[in-house]
Amino acid sequence: MAAESAGTVGRTAGTPVMRPDSDDTSSPSPAVAKLELIGVGKEFHTKRAHTVALSGINLTIKDGEFVSVIGRSGCGKTTLLRMLAGLLSPSEGKILVEGNSLWDGSKVDSSVVSQLGVVFQEANLFPWYSVAENIALPLRLRGDDKASRLARARELAELVGLGGFERSYPRELSGGMRQRVAIARALSTRPKLLLMDEPFGALDALTRERMNLELQRIALATNATVVFVTHDITEAVFLGDRVVQLTPRPGRIRQVMPIEFERPRGLDVQTEPEFGTITRDLRHALDEDEEKNA
Amino acid sequence: MSGNRSRKLLPWLSTPLILLVFFACWDLLVRVFGISDLVLPPPMQVFDTLKDVVTDGSTWDHAQVTATETIAGFLIALVAGVAIGVVLGKVPWLELSLRPVIVASQVVPKVALIPLFVIWFGFGMTSKVIMAAMLAFFPIMLNVQLGVRSVESGQREVMRSLNASRWQTFRHLELKSTMPYVFAGMEVGIVFAIIGTIVGEYLGGSEGLGYLVVRTLNDLNAPALFATIILLSVLGLLLYFVVNGLKRFFIPWHESVYGQHDLNR
Repeated sequence: MAAESAGTVGRTAGTPVMRPDSDDTSSPSPAVAKLELIGVGKEFHTKRAHTVALSGINLTIKDGEFVSVIGRSGCGKTTLLRMLAGLLSPSEGKILVEGNSLWDGSKVDSSVVSQLGVVFQEANLFPWYSVAENIALPLRLRGDDKASRLARARELAELVGLGGFERSYPRELSGGMRQRVAIARALSTRPKLLLMDEPFGALDALTRERMNLELQRIALATNATVVFVTHDITEAVFLGDRVVQLTPRPGRIRQVMPIEFERPRGLDVQTEPEFGTITRDLRHALDEDEEKNA
Repeated sequence: MSGNRSRKLLPWLSTPLILLVFFACWDLLVRVFGISDLVLPPPMQVFDTLKDVVTDGSTWDHAQVTATETIAGFLIALVAGVAIGVVLGKVPWLELSLRPVIVASQVVPKVALIPLFVIWFGFGMTSKVIMAAMLAFFPIMLNVQLGVRSVESGQREVMRSLNASRWQTFRHLELKSTMPYVFAGMEVGIVFAIIGTIVGEYLGGSEGLGYLVVRTLNDLNAPALFATIILLSVLGLLLYFVVNGLKRFFIPWHESVYGQHDLNR
């Protein structure tokens, strides 16, 4: 698997599959969309206040696409991801994973949830389990036998650059390594959709850059479809095939920006003029949100 | 590495040294001030008596009684403490409505209840077992209650996002993350259990090391009194080490265990 994944990076680089030539959601994809959000909204009711966190979110994500979701804090991006992850029920609208509805009212369809992989801001590893056991936990819960679990854990440890650390315990790992374990754990069940909520938000800038490169490599190697929530513009543009910008109160999609740099992207792409233009436009749009709310 | 190894050995060197100094000071004190044997016998005399006490078969019977009472009381406290702690930790409204009662029963000097237990359960082992259990129960119960509530919400979310059943969440998350709290309660609980047993033996009955303490006191046999106290301390130490060993075996991953051997420190 390690050798194969290393090869995949090179292969995908030549193919245009990973680069959508438009942000049009009806582009020539014969299969059903990987993820479809139709009029999704979320309201919170408390005794004193009634908040519309998200409203009228429509979005279609294709197979193998990497979509970054960006916005100021409080714009509902985490709320959106929690709804996608089956942790929080939407007040309105539909969320379809390969055409199957994730939510039935406020009840989550567990057969759809089992097709998702989630990475949170904190690695949330279980300190009583080794790296391999942490990675294989989803498989254990699913009832896979021990031998296949271990084989898969070893394969994934290799993939996320933790080969040789299988028997280590979380306390022996750095923050970046822990997050790699969390990514491997999310990938263990070969999810159809990988959901990431500011996964590198707690890491220092340098580690974060490296993790971005690693994540791109892993996503290409596994041809994963990813929804990646972040508040970091550079990160969002660097990783995304498209960047979805949310605007707060109520959270709505302000714009969807296609990012067409070739993959795999090196860190140098960030110095290209076009990269600068995109990030500047996004920053202005985010600043306008801020002024509007000030 | 060698620095760390010698650091690990340090307590094994320092402890005998401290004991040696302690006994030397004790001896010196007795000699310089000419303290009566009845008040403070010199250490060598205590050791001689300790030898006699240890070789006396009846001492072991007494020690066995004390150990049995302590362990029985502790086990009762452990089972009850874990069970009730889990329920109170899981059912907030129950905990809230029982809180005044719990606080009140904690504040009551439970040792004062021993005469009552003697009246109800006689001078035998039962009253001591109950005393030990009562004292050990609270630290265990409170720790478990805290532990049940301290399960990290992020880890809970992971289990939820993995479609884990209630049983799986319990087995892989709640049980494991509560274990350190159980052991923290047990370490306090075992010490309290010994206290309960000994005080129980002081106040009623004709068996156990606690009874031996009172008897030697009545005989005004200070060396034997000291020897018995040493025996009691050794018993307490042994029981504590058993609990501590269990902790090391069951939660090697926890900071309270690996922290002491962390090579990075």
